[in-house]
Amino acid sequence: MESMAIADGLQARFPEEILQCFSFQGQVGVGIRPDRVVEILGWLRDDQAMRMDHLRSLCGVDNARRKNGGLGRFEVVYNLYSIALRHEIRIRAQLTEEDPSIDSVVSLWSGADWMERETYDLMGIRFNGHPNLRRVLLPDDWEGHPLRKEYPLRGRGEWVGITDLQAKLEELDAHGFKADDPGPEAGDAGDAATGKRKGDC
Amino acid sequence: MSVPSRKILEVPVADGENERYSLRMGPQHPATHGVLRVDLDLDGETIMRCTPQVGYLHRGFEKLAENRTYAQALILTDRLDYIGAMANNVGYCVAVERLLGISVPMRAKYIRTIAAEMSRLSSHLLWLATHALDVGAMTVFLYCFREREILLDLFEELCGARLTYSYPRIGGVRQDVTSRFVDELGRFIDIFPSRIEEYETLIDTNRIWLKRTVGVGKLSGAEALALGITGACLRGSGVDYDLRKHQPYDAYDQVDFEVPLGSDGDVYARYRCRMEEMHQSIRIIRQCLDQLPPGPIIGPDAPDLIMANRAPARMAAGSNRYGGGLIQLIRDQDLFPSGDIYVATEVPKGELGFYFISEGSNRPYRMHIRSPSFMHISALAVVARGGLIADLIANIGSLDVVLGESDR
Repeated sequence: MESMAIADGLQARFPEEILQCFSFQGQVGVGIRPDRVVEILGWLRDDQAMRMDHLRSLCGVDNARRKNGGLGRFEVVYNLYSIALRHEIRIRAQLTEEDPSIDSVVSLWSGADWMERETYDLMGIRFNGHPNLRRVLLPDDWEGHPLRKEYPLRGRGEWVGITDLQAKLEELDAHGFKADDPGPEAGDAGDAATGKRKGDC
Repeated sequence: MSVPSRKILEVPVADGENERYSLRMGPQHPATHGVLRVDLDLDGETIMRCTPQVGYLHRGFEKLAENRTYAQALILTDRLDYIGAMANNVGYCVAVERLLGISVPMRAKYIRTIAAEMSRLSSHLLWLATHALDVGAMTVFLYCFREREILLDLFEELCGARLTYSYPRIGGVRQDVTSRFVDELGRFIDIFPSRIEEYETLIDTNRIWLKRTVGVGKLSGAEALALGITGACLRGSGVDYDLRKHQPYDAYDQVDFEVPLGSDGDVYARYRCRMEEMHQSIRIIRQCLDQLPPGPIIGPDAPDLIMANRAPARMAAGSNRYGGGLIQLIRDQDLFPSGDIYVATEVPKGELGFYFISEGSNRPYRMHIRSPSFMHISALAVVARGGLIADLIANIGSLDVVLGESDR
């Protein structure tokens, strides 16, 4: 099916949810309200004329510096493809700055689990009903969401966890890296570096 | 002196009745193919829960790309899947060309197809070598590296690099192939099919190999699709999805090849799929070498490597350079069209997709990379559950993950 016909089908099925239709280089994107996203994507997946069984990608976009007006501050973009019917469509759910959250689609595609975690991690969009919404690429105690436009390219200083990590490494060093070593005083285990540390204590 | 705390070095012990252990495998484990950590909850040797942890190689490519021109961001893609870097380069260029509406001459398309298929061969050879080594077949490892060396020499002849190529350019390729390259590649594809047979005699019906792979890590087609698995892993489960056929790019619509499919969806089926794919890659390279058309290797509208953000000032008719009649006609007009696009290509690991948003400038407003390895690692939790630790190793090998691509 032509992408435009899919967009028309969506328009006919969910008239009040569709905001805008974008067409560029032969691909079609449909801007939607976020509230009924699971219903819309579920229909695209299960409808016999659509059969979009493959969620190709899911990502977040920060629209803060886009020229085109009329978009929400954030977007969640779903690229769908039908392997059986070989057609594709892009769904762009518009989110506001005040409440960057949307329902999770893990119930439709189990693979969306990590895609949504990544979007949460890097863009700070929350997915309601997600089974395990934790950071995936960055450490759990990372501050901020790097793909937002206001986040500086060089970051915001050191990762807070680095001091804990260094303390842990030093403690391990004092052990001479031996799990069953009763303590630094027992035995002659340890190299020159460990010896020095003994003296320091 | 303080009494050393035993906390950090605590070894998890079985707690009474249910004998559950927790084990952290990696990130420095040789069988995890890079810096992948897998947290395991074990009951004896059976995996009750498997939680993969990634991010050790996260370099923030998506953020970096927003601050580089399209031509500069190409080198980031080398560092995604560093085993088959050429296929990433080609995928990136195909996506940017479609975004910016740039045409590519036929000769460049053929050369890129050859390069991408060579990359598939070198990736599959490394996969077979390490996968076999993990499962216990040492000889295959040495044999595969013997042939991979020839391929790397060929890459060196093609572009001077053996690991990070950056050989394709937006709108074509960097330089033409030499006659020596064509001759040597021709010789290689003549001998290579017999080498594949050699690997197969070693493991294809080997009793240990079969015991370790048949029926292990089973995935049905529907399950694999829902998990976002692509590439040979999906085809091993019997789903006919190959982007070279579904959405052909470069010269793939000009050549004749088949997409090998499995049916069982286990480690062995994925192994068979990749072995057959190597034969098909040889077939594609041979046809491309035979049909290689003459002509330019870079299109007329290809952007310069130093991508300017503004069009050069042009003089209106009748004015001259000195007379003050210079009128800048297109000073503030965008050089490139604005819009968004998702273009995916079939790299050795699966579907590598680029989602670009252009705002008309020489830099992408947003670049999202859909990486197959990221999806495959997330699927590991499902594939490995209920199996043995030894099978987890076979599964990691068979899903063919590269952490550079997963973590970006």
